[in-house]
Amino acid sequence: MNLRNFVVAAAAILLCSSSLLVAEADGKWLARVPDEDRSRVNPFAGQAKAGAAGKVIFDENCARCHGADANGIHNRPSLRSERVRHATDGQLAWMLRNGNPYKGMPPWNSLPEQQRWQVITYLRTLPPAGVPGGKP
Amino acid sequence: MFVPPAFGRALFGAAVSLILASVLQAQEKPYFVTYSTDLEEPGNLEIALKGLTASPKDANAFVSPTIELEYGATAWWTTEVYGQGQATENDSTVFTGFRFENRFRPLPREYFVTPVLYVEYESVSNADKSILEVTGHDGIASFQVNNAQSHPIVEHSLESKLILSSNFKGWNVSENFIAEKNLSNEPWEFGYSLGAARPLTLNASPRRCTLCLQNIDAGAELYGGLGTRYSFGLGQTSQYAGPVFDFRTPAGVTYSFSPQFGLNDNSVGTLWRFKISYEAQQIRDLFKSSSKRNAQ
Repeated sequence: MNLRNFVVAAAAILLCSSSLLVAEADGKWLARVPDEDRSRVNPFAGQAKAGAAGKVIFDENCARCHGADANGIHNRPSLRSERVRHATDGQLAWMLRNGNPYKGMPPWNSLPEQQRWQVITYLRTLPPAGVPGGKP
Repeated sequence: MFVPPAFGRALFGAAVSLILASVLQAQEKPYFVTYSTDLEEPGNLEIALKGLTASPKDANAFVSPTIELEYGATAWWTTEVYGQGQATENDSTVFTGFRFENRFRPLPREYFVTPVLYVEYESVSNADKSILEVTGHDGIASFQVNNAQSHPIVEHSLESKLILSSNFKGWNVSENFIAEKNLSNEPWEFGYSLGAARPLTLNASPRRCTLCLQNIDAGAELYGGLGTRYSFGLGQTSQYAGPVFDFRTPAGVTYSFSPQFGLNDNSVGTLWRFKISYEAQQIRDLFKSSSKRNAQ
């Protein structure tokens, strides 16, 4: 394979992948969360400092896909939706750890668990979808 | 440490460009050879300059830069292209070849040990000194050949890896098992790589900061060859180990550094590795219409 063929092949793969990039979230993942995970308690629940730290992490890692206001961009789900608001902290923690790779959400277990809980603490400070704002 | 003037200028230029860039940071491990199961986030493009310099025994000092372009095609598939070269003191500067790699996450969730599959095609000359992995009986002898003799010989290989990772209490522990086949008539070659690392603190700070402990990872790496199908084992292989560090800046640039030490006579005494990487988030969104881009 010469360099030209290689570049063409690589470009074709990247373009073809675009159809696989975004799949709408359907919430089916909620049913896959084991009971012991569903009932886990956020050790930082309600702590303002943890919420502020969670916002920093959110801005650095999540905002580009879910929007700076967490309302979602380009069919990527809003994190202020009724579905997320009604999910337990344990369910959100499970989603952050495992992701939903075939629906476009990568796992975030590269973040320490404490930081994932801080993100969840921040998400709990957000107003419902359609309401502006979102700072803790 | 040998740094040719042209490479020095190129490295400085790349570093300045990356520092001036302003995108967000990615979580990645500080390893240089070991892969963790972290894939690139879908739609993100990571641009990295990975370098290695060393002064092997009875050979000229060299520096070997590798440019990486890593793209998250989906949440379960990352594809990457490498271009690499080297400059050797009292010898020449050559482009040594390219690699095209893909990593796949076969399982839909995380486990205590999570697997990722890796497949790579490489077209690299024998003058390559990047040591992106060690397989078979790779050793110090290949550094003692001048570029005029080694560069014309180009090898086409397929390389596969089984990547395993575990994350617990902030630690990442990763194991790679490597099998490489030169597409000409040569036997399968094997290698391994192990790494462990964690951030210096697990809780994030509530304020944006540069010199926060959460932005620094430290760990260690061990890797080497395991011989070939006909001579499997540690005999006549090279083995390396060393600490690894990385530092993520709020501007989105990650700096990594590692001194790595040869563990036997067939290894280079000390490898000095460095890496500067920059992650452009959601570049595919740039190709969408502005109305869609702004839609929420």
